[in-house]
Amino acid sequence: MACIDELDPEVLLRGASFAECRALVEKRCREVYYVDPGYAIFDTHIIGVPPIAVGVEEDTFIILPYTKPCYGTFLIRVSGGEEVERLRRKGRRRP
Amino acid sequence: MTTQAHKNESALLVFGCPEVPVQAAIGLYLAGRLGEGGYDVLSSGNPSVLVLLRVSDIKKHYIGRTIDLDRCIGEVAEGKRDAGLCVVFAHNDAGISYAASMRYLLPEARLVVIVFGRNAEELAAGVEFPCEKVVEKAVHNPGRLKKGIDEVFGWRA
Repeated sequence: MACIDELDPEVLLRGASFAECRALVEKRCREVYYVDPGYAIFDTHIIGVPPIAVGVEEDTFIILPYTKPCYGTFLIRVSGGEEVERLRRKGRRRP
Repeated sequence: MTTQAHKNESALLVFGCPEVPVQAAIGLYLAGRLGEGGYDVLSSGNPSVLVLLRVSDIKKHYIGRTIDLDRCIGEVAEGKRDAGLCVVFAHNDAGISYAASMRYLLPEARLVVIVFGRNAEELAAGVEFPCEKVVEKAVHNPGRLKKGIDEVFGWRA
């Protein structure tokens, strides 16, 4: 599995709050799944206030919040690979 | 609330970014007091904060075991690590996110969130999950924050 940092993420929001990230995912993505803190995408366990909104775009990209202690929360877009199907199986369609 | 831990009870300290000076002082204090009270204390944080704590505690009087924050979150999420007490330091939105995550991941633990820094009150208003809070606009002087912590842990005379 790859580390998120190695996936050349596109940063959609920088230094955002968890609420801002959730709002943008829900506004931007037609395919939204809700997961709980600790859900792993690649090698990264997602941090945030549950339920955490994660989006799928174009069948191949995942949009997720990525939190670092010093820089706050980023909303990033990464190529999802097999994580897309896993998210579809494990994520919830409602908050 | 007594601070005398039950046998084998573990305490997990979750540190935030070290940019606000009071965090290191309060972290050393808290780790020392909890260790004295019988807790097995584990401190988690990013590399900068862990080095800062270790350098300040050359003889390891206060800071015991440490673990990288990402690794810690992963181990807790995978059920490999547990804690009876979890204390999260939060001076920004990321800190609140970590606290909310620990609430979800450790539902049985006593969770204490220490909210500090210039925006402490605003941040604390966003804490909508069950926990005990210590809220103080402390940045450089940890005195009042220490008092609040002493109150929560029953250390005030």
